[in-house]
Amino acid sequence: MEALKQELKENIIEQLNLEDMSVEDIADDDMLFGDGLALDSIDALELIVMLDKNYGIKLTDPKEGRTIFESINTMAAYITEHRSK
Amino acid sequence: MNTNYNISSYCHIKNQQVSLNGSVIFSEESLEFSEFIKAAYKALNTKYPKFFKMDNLSKLAFLAADILLKNEQIDSEKENDIALVFSNSASSLDTDLTHQKAIQDKDNYFPSPAVFVYTLPNICLGEISIKYKLYTENSFFIFERFNAENLMTYSNSLLETNKAKSVLCGWVELEGENYEAFLYLVSNEGTIKHNKQNIITLYNT
Repeated sequence: MEALKQELKENIIEQLNLEDMSVEDIADDDMLFGDGLALDSIDALELIVMLDKNYGIKLTDPKEGRTIFESINTMAAYITEHRSK
Repeated sequence: MNTNYNISSYCHIKNQQVSLNGSVIFSEESLEFSEFIKAAYKALNTKYPKFFKMDNLSKLAFLAADILLKNEQIDSEKENDIALVFSNSASSLDTDLTHQKAIQDKDNYFPSPAVFVYTLPNICLGEISIKYKLYTENSFFIFERFNAENLMTYSNSLLETNKAKSVLCGWVELEGENYEAFLYLVSNEGTIKHNKQNIITLYNT
């Protein structure tokens, strides 16, 4: 699980072009949207693509994203349970 | 039509150089565009994290506009009455090709939403408008080559009909490693007469 969290942080920084941010800047329970990393709606779509491309998870209900993408902790837990690759 | 308008500032980004009103303010040779524009952003103290999410055409247009408008001491915290009239030849082809690569393999079909949103040339006008609170007229023309006469006629018309107090206009072209931005601000201020010959002379500076 810790390796997955590290991987998620690295991918988020790279895929979402968070230029001035490093892995150390993202705590496992930081809010990804809102007051935390302040990601926007396009970032949310990129995260959905990332789940599909990297872990074979297709989100059919966009409302699910709200809880899945709450933090690195919630993303890692969901991926661990649902990944197909 | 009143044609007594002036050019108060102009900015070039090309050949790994950034210049403002004819003076080089940043230069970094032997860098590819993505590294060059990032180095210029940092050296010119731009401080706008969303910059790194933009495509290359928007980065080029945004940085040129930001340099010029900061020089004009435009307050980005207040609404500004500046229209935008930009042009180029390649439209958003650079980003269109990036998007096309992501969708050409049906077995590996993962188009990026963050790339797709930049597959129109006028998106760069939106980026500038967000930073400087411009709720004004904006247009992006596709010309075969730099067209001083058309830009002049259109910006004069906007000023004459009180659509805006000033017009930021010019040419923003990017295709791979070939890039060129030339922007200039037209209004009642400034000392360079806004006419076709002066626009061409500044463009070729």
